[in-house]
Amino acid sequence: MYAFSYHNPKTVRQAATLLSKNAEGKVLAGGQTLLPTMKQRLASPSALIDLGHAEGLSGIEQKGRNIVIGAMTRHVDVATSAIVKNAIPGLAALAEGIGDAAVRNRGTIGGSIANNDPAADYPSAALALGATIVTNKRKIAADDFFQGMFATALEEGEIIVKVSFPIPSKAAYEKFPNPASRYALVGVFVAKKGSDVRVAVTGAGSNGVFRSKECEAALAGRFNAKSLEGVKVSASGLNADMHATSEYRAHLIPVMAKRAVTKALGK
Amino acid sequence: MSAKTGVGAPVLRKEDFRFITGKGQYTDDINRQDQAYAYFLRSPHAHATIKKLDISAAKSAPGVLGVLTGDDLAADKIGGLICGWMIHNKDGSPMKAGAHPALAQGKVRYVGDHVAVVIADTYAQAKDAAEKIIVDYQVLPAVVDMNKAKGSVAIHDVAPDNMVYDWHLGDKAATDAAFAKAKHVTKIDVVNNRLIPNAMEPRAAIGDFDSGTGVYTLYTTSQNPHVARLVLSAFVGIAPEHKLRVIAPDVGGGFGSKIFIYAEETVCVWASKKVGRPVKWTADRTEAFLSDAHGRDHITHAELALDDKGKILGFRVHTKANLGAYLSTFSSCVPTYLYAPLLSGQYDIPAIYAEVEGIYTTTAPVDAYRGAGRPEATFLVERIIEKAARETGTDPALFRRKNFIKSFPHQTPVIMAYDTGNYTASLDLALEMADYKNFGKRKKDSAKNGKLRGIGFSAYIEACGIAPSAAVGSLGAGVGLWESAEIRVNPVGTVEVLTGSHSHGQGHETTFAQLVADRLGIDIESVSVVHGDTDKVQFGMGTYGSRSGAVGMSAIVKAVDKVIAKGKKVAAYALEAAEKDIEFKDGRFNVAGTDKSLAFGEVALQAYIAHKFNGQDLEPGLKEGAFYDPTNFTFPSGVHICEVEIDPETGVTDIVKWTAVDDFGNIINPMIVEGQVHGGIAQGVGQALLEGAHYNADGQLVTASYMDYTMPRADDLPSFDIGITTTPCTTNPLGIKGCGEAGAIAAPPAVINAITDAVGHEDVPMPATPLAVWHACQKGARKLAAE
Ligand SMILES: Cc1cc2nc3c(=O)[nH]c(=O)nc-3n(C[C@H](O)[C@H](O)[C@H](O)COP(=O)(O)OP(=O)(O)OC[C@H]3O[C@@H](n4cnc5c(N)ncnc54)[C@H](O)[C@@H]3O)c2cc1C
Repeated sequence: MYAFSYHNPKTVRQAATLLSKNAEGKVLAGGQTLLPTMKQRLASPSALIDLGHAEGLSGIEQKGRNIVIGAMTRHVDVATSAIVKNAIPGLAALAEGIGDAAVRNRGTIGGSIANNDPAADYPSAALALGATIVTNKRKIAADDFFQGMFATALEEGEIIVKVSFPIPSKAAYEKFPNPASRYALVGVFVAKKGSDVRVAVTGAGSNGVFRSKECEAALAGRFNAKSLEGVKVSASGLNADMHATSEYRAHLIPVMAKRAVTKALGK
Repeated sequence: MSAKTGVGAPVLRKEDFRFITGKGQYTDDINRQDQAYAYFLRSPHAHATIKKLDISAAKSAPGVLGVLTGDDLAADKIGGLICGWMIHNKDGSPMKAGAHPALAQGKVRYVGDHVAVVIADTYAQAKDAAEKIIVDYQVLPAVVDMNKAKGSVAIHDVAPDNMVYDWHLGDKAATDAAFAKAKHVTKIDVVNNRLIPNAMEPRAAIGDFDSGTGVYTLYTTSQNPHVARLVLSAFVGIAPEHKLRVIAPDVGGGFGSKIFIYAEETVCVWASKKVGRPVKWTADRTEAFLSDAHGRDHITHAELALDDKGKILGFRVHTKANLGAYLSTFSSCVPTYLYAPLLSGQYDIPAIYAEVEGIYTTTAPVDAYRGAGRPEATFLVERIIEKAARETGTDPALFRRKNFIKSFPHQTPVIMAYDTGNYTASLDLALEMADYKNFGKRKKDSAKNGKLRGIGFSAYIEACGIAPSAAVGSLGAGVGLWESAEIRVNPVGTVEVLTGSHSHGQGHETTFAQLVADRLGIDIESVSVVHGDTDKVQFGMGTYGSRSGAVGMSAIVKAVDKVIAKGKKVAAYALEAAEKDIEFKDGRFNVAGTDKSLAFGEVALQAYIAHKFNGQDLEPGLKEGAFYDPTNFTFPSGVHICEVEIDPETGVTDIVKWTAVDDFGNIINPMIVEGQVHGGIAQGVGQALLEGAHYNADGQLVTASYMDYTMPRADDLPSFDIGITTTPCTTNPLGIKGCGEAGAIAAPPAVINAITDAVGHEDVPMPATPLAVWHACQKGARKLAAE
């Protein structure tokens, strides 16, 4: 780790000001991604602006037909929230499956979504549920937010404040973990809201999270696992590494989608 | 003597209180006054010559005390690291061992190789300064694939074709003759995947030179501190033995990887004099992945000759063994003398011929890892036996039973003479515990749920307590393989047991105390075990190869017997009786046929106050030492049965049932033995399903962190059903065989035999990851469709 200055703002506004003053600065959330990369000397921010004490950034509430989660809300709090479990149980289950207990006690939803790791779990929920990412400057639809591996619509100095998830009629997440890291090798989040069915896939795409047109088309008629029998997903544009070929990932997408649909239907 | 703590009782581990309350003292917990820190600059290339090494900027960086390179080693006449076992080629010529300097001298040979060391006031300063070292590398082609090593650029000038040795064992003519009359020949190609040890505690060292006395002290994570001292003194030439003290305090796991004498420890102890300050280094996890000696890594083709009744006639093996970029301390013997002599397995095989090529590659050195050679042998034997049973349409249990060795002692065609065993008994118990007869029904039930179920056997043999010293010497070992012990009885009758073996997870502080307390009839709390410090303990060989029970405890028994003999003499004076009338029983010295008696502690006191005898007739004191040289290996054996259920849609393998029946001879502490079996199976399952070191074509280690290297976790494993059969070892006084590696040896073929059974063909690699098993399922389905 290289030397850096540390700041502990009390408001998002102060944080934004600090960020604008430190061109090479970064905000620190749970530190589960940022700190390991700094320790390995792969990242060397000149300043860390810790969001841990900034007001109003954490908490979960239901606002009308939306579940609104503060950016600094820890994975463990989403996993165990009665509000989330009641309204979007698939989202609570997703949070429960991130990393291990230590990671869930520190890691945050804002950090995960801002980081947009191509194998992270939350981006699939945000995309499938049609979430809105609220920053200190504007509101961004999930459809516009995720822009490829580790790339998002966030601009310089923009801070995620909260994420708003419309409550679906049915939703569930099924993750096939990478055997070593247990990040998603293929993670599929399915959501149905009225007649709208969305299937978002993480872990598989070389450009990060994406919607599977093949699975969505198959489910548009009938929302059940049978509809996905025989669905083929193209391997082009999918990741290949020592843990999985792109063909294997392509094969797993409808398999995980099927299992997610079964779960969403409570079977 | 309480039955609760005697031999055979499941005594809770004495050392665990210290460990689970954070009171353990590991090397990194030790800090010396004015200690400085070392950071090693490592090669980013698999293979390169160093055209220029500019350390000037690093030298003047803040906090830096010294920047040392291979030139400094040469100037100080510090020798290279050694390989302690000479292997001879088929033609009798010696193996080709390239030099192994602790810091590179003109060339680097694997990613992680040591280029220079920076020593500074803080670790961060050392690391910062290392970034200022300028190295001009001329990159050479990496040599990663053993099959292509021969034609590649030479890694060491002494081995132009990258061949370390071309070795063989067994009778070629007899084996050829057996194949000539065979009715059926089963052939197999197997790869024994390369593993990275991953002890919980990474390697660490503190070198501390005392200018007042001229003595160096090395605190280090070692399984064998005396061997480390011997090598650093006699070969590396740091200091003579009486001027070098090696302390291996609590050590958090080794699995073989902490047997070896590495560059970092060597440099820390040498550098402590150069910079005039204690020098500390603790590996981070990435360094551990890159530079701890790796394990296994064989490619083998083998053939098994059968007669028309399915009896084995002969076995022919050709193995390529990856030894990495340098020959680590014992690397040369692992794929030779620790491997080929085990190729007879539990079977009566009249003729065996094995050829082994040891090959240099530009990868981390490969050396002994839990099992060391025996897992590789067992995997091969149990895979080809299973395949032969399938090809001949014989039930795999029956095929094994038919070919088992049934009378003992048994001389195999590959050196080993098995003293005892009862393989049929282990198989029978395992079949019953695994409910083998109802497997077909369980398979049908799985099929109803869309799952593939398979069952796999592993009837393993292994060899512990490598011995005797004269025999291993004749095979090329540079050291003897005996063990030492000393029993120091204090005046009040408490006892210190000093042992040359070393505990780093095995529980010696408990089992050794159990044995001594039981023999002397005293409370277990009155016995403590001392190990791991060359200043306290006389020369000993350390702990590896499951030798500390069979060899280390035998030495203890020998010393205890001497203590009792001396105690009888003391008691005779104290009780005014003839020595021949003194009997020792349950902790008391009695005069036969009388009620005159003294407790062990009372005799100890008499020995030290020396009031009842004079020093000319009997020496005061009660302290005895012993060296024990075994007459043979011990041969633990057993049968493990693994049952798997595979989801063909994803390729995920679920181990649903594990039966382990082991014959370890007599057992001191069944709880500790069971723990060793659990850990061993976990490591074996790790090899079979999860772990695999992967270098890319450029020689970069892709699996250099837990993001890509899969360790076994609790939820990967089932509960184990453990059974015991016992045939006491006939060649040591305790009748014990050893249990530390059995699980890791037995498990891999059991898993792969189960998976190949489930998918219906033999083409399943290790690790059998979901990806690999998914491919295998598809191939199985195609095969079924074709039939
Ligand atoms: C062992 C381990 C296992 C893991 N397993 C998983 C897994 O299975 N699935 C998974 O999805 N993730 C996994 N993670 C990642 C984990 O979920 C992290 O918590 C997450 O990726 C980052 O969140 P964080 O709060 O720790 O962010 P940090 O590490 O603090 O920050 C990450 C990045 O986001 C930026 N950032 C943080 N907050 C904001 C904000 N509010 N606005 C703008 N930018 C912001 C930071 O500047 C930084 O660039 C794992 C991590 C570890 C260490």
